[in-house]
Formats: sequence, structure tokens, C-alpha cells
Amino acid sequence: MNMIYLLIGCSILLALMFLLAFFWMIKSGQNDDTFTPAVRILFDDEIAEKEIQISDEDHA
Amino acid sequence: MTEKFYYDNKIVRNFAVATIVWGIIGMTVGLLAAMQLFKPELNMGSQYTTFGRIRPLHTNAVIFAFVGNAIFMGVYYSLQRLLKARMFSDMLSKIHFWGWQLIIVSAVITLPLGFTSSHEYAELEWPIDIAITVIWVVFGINMFGTIIKRREQHMYVAIWFYIATFVTVAVLHIVNSFQLPISLFKSYYLYAGVQDALVQWWYGHNAVAFFLTTPYLGMMYYFLPKMANRPVYSYKLSILHFWSLIFIYIWAGPHHLLYTSLPSWAQSLGVVFSIMLIAPSWGGMINGLLTLRGAWDKVREDATLKFMVVGLTAYGMATFEGPMLALKQINAIAHYTDWIVAHVHVGALGWNGFLTFGILYWLIPRIYRTPLYSKKLAAFHFWIGTLGIIFYAVPLYFAGFTQGLMWKQFTEDGMLKYPNFLETLLQIIPMYVLRAVGGAMYLIGVIVMTYNIIKTTRAGKLLANEPAEAQPLSKTYEAVGSDRKIHRILERKPMVFMVLSLIVILIGGMIEMMPTFTIKSNIPTISSVKPYSPLELQGRDLYIREGCVSCHSQMIRPFRSETERYGEYSKAGEFVYDHPFLWGSKRIGPDLAREGDKYSNAWHFNHLLDPQTMSPGSIMPPYEWLINQKLDTTTTIAKINAMRTLGVPYELGFEHKANSHLNNQAKEIAADLRKSNVHVQSDKEIIAIIAYLQRLGTDIKAK
Repeated sequence: MNMIYLLIGCSILLALMFLLAFFWMIKSGQNDDTFTPAVRILFDDEIAEKEIQISDEDHA
Repeated sequence: MTEKFYYDNKIVRNFAVATIVWGIIGMTVGLLAAMQLFKPELNMGSQYTTFGRIRPLHTNAVIFAFVGNAIFMGVYYSLQRLLKARMFSDMLSKIHFWGWQLIIVSAVITLPLGFTSSHEYAELEWPIDIAITVIWVVFGINMFGTIIKRREQHMYVAIWFYIATFVTVAVLHIVNSFQLPISLFKSYYLYAGVQDALVQWWYGHNAVAFFLTTPYLGMMYYFLPKMANRPVYSYKLSILHFWSLIFIYIWAGPHHLLYTSLPSWAQSLGVVFSIMLIAPSWGGMINGLLTLRGAWDKVREDATLKFMVVGLTAYGMATFEGPMLALKQINAIAHYTDWIVAHVHVGALGWNGFLTFGILYWLIPRIYRTPLYSKKLAAFHFWIGTLGIIFYAVPLYFAGFTQGLMWKQFTEDGMLKYPNFLETLLQIIPMYVLRAVGGAMYLIGVIVMTYNIIKTTRAGKLLANEPAEAQPLSKTYEAVGSDRKIHRILERKPMVFMVLSLIVILIGGMIEMMPTFTIKSNIPTISSVKPYSPLELQGRDLYIREGCVSCHSQMIRPFRSETERYGEYSKAGEFVYDHPFLWGSKRIGPDLAREGDKYSNAWHFNHLLDPQTMSPGSIMPPYEWLINQKLDTTTTIAKINAMRTLGVPYELGFEHKANSHLNNQAKEIAADLRKSNVHVQSDKEIIAIIAYLQRLGTDIKAK
């Protein structure tokens, strides 16, 4: 059953990488605001829509 | 000062087209395979279209071609918008797209030809494995490159799901591809028997976790709020369930090996983590469904949202059922039956399929800047798709319970009530018919969707480069407080971080592997278990080529119902020379672990020539080509050498005697067949496969 050492090792390494990423996430303030990110993603299209109209008019 | 830039919609469109095309192909192959289960003649008499070969084609096509392309479609669309940046490199996007399609085409060619490694969902041979690794790295560079040049400081939760997908799939794929090539299209796995089984299901389960689940959760977190035009129910919950999901998932694999020869503590480990998985899985489902709070009126009218709701519900059902199936008591009945097939299809058709359709209906009109051609057709697709899932899953659940219980039924005298396996199969054939009806309904829905989407694209025009603008990230970020050191390194150099972590993984992997190469395995060895003879080895590779493992297990669980039916239960020590393991995961036919010496050579010959003559009603197709085709013995030397390298104790120099040994054994079998009035030349493939079947399980059989 030596294989299980490799698998556990890989799994733990992955977990450690995720843990590092988790610490980074916490420390870098990624989680400080848990409200705006969810709302912000809803707004990004509107500028684009205006721009398309402008670029369409330019091409017309 | 804002920067102007353009989102790349063309690459999204290309992946969308590939999703639809491969989806139809993969599901059609699936339907063909399903129909062969009640009408074996539908293999059209050809070895290339027989169940054992097209079943892996179906699974690979729907997982890696349909779902794979859908993932890339969703990621390339949402990543650019979430990060406010065009993809890192148009060239890498192109290489990624065409490379992935090329890999799929090579799978479509090689799998029907019988080039398979036999590991489920990892059947592709080693050159294709390498290509997958390269293209996956291209995808990774493209994604991390985009993350580096992002204009949005905060990384939305969907991106975390994408990163976890990339990293974990890379590791899983590499570890499960450790093979020793003996030719361009044949290789042996480094590990044997129980160890190989463990690696395979560590991979297999996490392929479900990190290919079918995490990327789709990421896509759900982007597309569902956009469709409903309201923020996700709880952003906190999304982060919480993301981290718990990825930490727990990777340990659950052994639940695929309950009651097998895998050591019991490893089985228990898998069970415990599987049960724990309910929480983070349902966290995601609940978060998705509650996002629609106050928007259920939209669901009533909008087929796109209907797809998302049913998709999420299917996810919830499958992730509740999964942990339940991981309980030993339930697994004892469900394992090897159609219950498992029903379970995965609730996930695949419901969760992956319906989310993909929902996203396609939402995304195509947007990048073509025109409304969807027909909402009615979309609604029709939704209803026929939902009915299709029900018609698929319910009969198979019924078939699973029925057969699982019939296998275990004893009479009052303590004898098996259904000692003939075939009887339990004939009982569920009508269910197989209904399942194919359900699958056909689902496929019709997809074809209607294709028509609807083609009409939509005709009406509009692809906005290949969508203009957008955003403020750049300030280059000189001032770190504050405790995040000054780690933050600066990781924040400003994610690429370096990724490379470093990969190096760490590789070093760690090597260190972990060294002992396994140098120290003797502690699997209990059984002195009477001997390596396969050259003819048996060749026969075994034919067994792999034909995909026999798709329908026949080689693992007798320690239940009286199984030992009565098949013989002594399987021991870990019996499989030490099995590169790869062939335990199987489904019994469409009976277990073959103790098949050796059960029947005469002539019985096997006649049975392979036409199974119906020996077992009337059998749904096993005839394998006439094994009788016509000559066994390729040019590979024998390479195979013996490779096996020795992997630790199988063939004497030095045996490889040169191997073919004469092979010929002698073949002649013996041919002579024995002649006694029963079966005339066949000793150099045909069927002789090798009979030799292998007659060897199975005989090493420790009480004489």
C-alpha cells in the first residue's frame, strides 16, 4: 500500500497550497468586503453597451 | 484615468460551438451504447462500434469534449469580465482551443481502435496524456496571465473555483498517468492491483469533483446572478463553502472501493470524508437557489432560469445521494448495479447538462447582440430535457434496486434464489429500453437547442471584440499592516507563485515516490500467485482492448451472496502482477475473478463466437473477430521486459523464450479445442483470451 503515501502526500500538498492561498486571501483583504463584489459583477455590462452603440455609429 | 480594451468573444463562441457539436456526438454515442444493452446487434457487427469500445468513447466525449468545452466557454467569458481584462494572449487562447479539439479527435479515433489504458475516464493512451498536460498548462498560463494583468483588485469567488480546478486537475491527471510505454499506443501502469485501483479512484472521484463540479460552481456563481440580475444570496457562504469543498473533496475517492481488497482503514477514510461533503455541496446548492429569492416570477417565464434551477436541484440530489452511497450498508446493494449509473446521470444530465444549456441560451444572444430566436423552443427543450432525465433515471434506479436485491436473495434452504446471473439481467431489460427512451428525449432537446441557437446566430452578428473600459490597478500598491511581506510577493508575482508551487509539488511528489520505488511493497504476498504466462498476458491485453472491464468485474466482495455465486472472495495479494487492475465498477455480466476452470475451453470458444448459444437471452455481443484475427506476438518481448521493469518476477532472458512458450500453450489449447470438435488455428486471438480467462482466479483456488 505504498501508493497511499504518494496520494496522501499529493493530497496534503494540494491542501497546503490551498491553505497558503487561503491565508493570502485573508491577509490581502480579499474577504474584507463581502457585499460589493456580489453586486459589482452585475454592473459591468452597461458601459460596454454604450460603447458598442458609439462604435456602431462610428462604423455606420 | 480609465483604460479602453476589448473582451475576446470569438474564443467564447468557438468553445460554445465545440460544446454543442461534441455534446451531440457524445450523447449519440451514449444512446447507441444504451441501445446495445437490449439489442446487442446494434453494434452493427463491427468491433469498432461494440459496447466495450464505445462506452469509454461516450464517457470521454461527454466529460472532456462536451463539459470540457463548456467549462472553457464559461471561464473565457466570465474571467475576462470579472477581471476587467482581455484574455492574456490571443495566441494561447487559439492554441488552447485547437489543441483541445485535436485531443478529442485523437480520442475519437483511438478509443474505437481499442487503444485504451482501461482506467475509467483516463482511458487515453500516453501520447494523448502528454498532449492533455501541455494544453492544460497553456490554459493555466492564459488564465494566470489574465489574473496578473487584471484591472479589478478583488477576485470574485468564481475565479477561486477556476484556480482550484486548474491546479487540482493538473496534479490528478499527472499522477494517474504514470505509465511505462511499450509502444506508441500501449503502456502499462506503474502500479499494480490494489495500489493501481487506489490511484485510479483517487483520480476518478476527483475528476468528478474538479472537472464536473468546481468549474461549474464557479460558472454558477457568475452566470446565475447575471441571469437573475441580483447578487448571490450570500457571498460569505460562497467563500466558506468553496474552501471547505476543496479541502474535503480530495479524500473521498476510496468510497469507490468499499468491500474490495483495499485495506479497511482506507475505506473508512473515504466514507468519513464523503459524509462530510454533504455540507459544502449543499452550501453551494442552497446559495444558488436562494439567489433567486424574490425572482421566482422570472423563473416562471424564463427557460434559462428554469434550466439553472433544475440543474442546481439535480446537483443537490446527486450530492446527497453520493454520501449515502458511500455508506457501506447502502454501497453493498448499490455497487456494481445501475443505481450508480442513474446517480452519475442525475449529475451529468441535470447539473452539467442543464447548466450548460442555461448558459448557452443566455450567452449566445449576448455575444451575437440579438434576442434568442425562440423562447418557445427553449421552453420545449427544458421540458423534454427534464422528462428525459426522469425517464432515464427512474427506470435505472428501479433496475439497480431490483438487480442488487436479486443478487442477494437466498431461498429458505440457504441457496441463492437466482443462481443464474442472466436471470437477474433479463429482469431489468425493460428498464434498459425505457432508459434509452429517456436518453433519446434528452438528445432531441439538445438538437432543438442547436436549431434555436443557429437561428439566433443567423439573426445577429458576432461582436468579436466587445469594448469595455476600467481603471488600471495602481502599480505601486501600498501594503498595510500584517500583509506587507507575503502579500507583496504573492500579489505582485502570482506567476512566480504558481511556478514555485508546481516545483514544490514535483519535489514533494518525487520524495513521496522514492520509497515506493525502493522499498518492497507491504501488500501480503501469496506464494502461489504467479505472473501471467506470455499467452495469458497477451490475452489480458485483448481483454483490455475489447473493454470487457466495462461489463465484467474481477472483484468478489466478502459477502455470502457473492462467494456462493462466484467463489472465494478476492484478496489483495492476488493482484500484485495486474498492471493495470481490472476490478471494474459495473456488472452488466457476471464477475470473472474466479472464471478460470469453471467451463471448458470449448465453452468459452462457443460463448465468444455467439454468447446466445451458450446463454440464451444474453446481451453480450458475439466476438467473431477474435477468431479471424491473428495474435500479434511481435510485442511479447517488449511486454515481458516492461513487466519485469515494473517488478513482475520474470527470469532474466525469459523474454527470448517467451514466444515459444506462448506458441506451446496456444497449441495445447487448440488441441484441447479440437477434441471438442472446435477447429481453430493456434495463432488466433481467441486462443490468448481463452488462456487468460482460464487463468483467472485459479492461483488460489482450492483444487
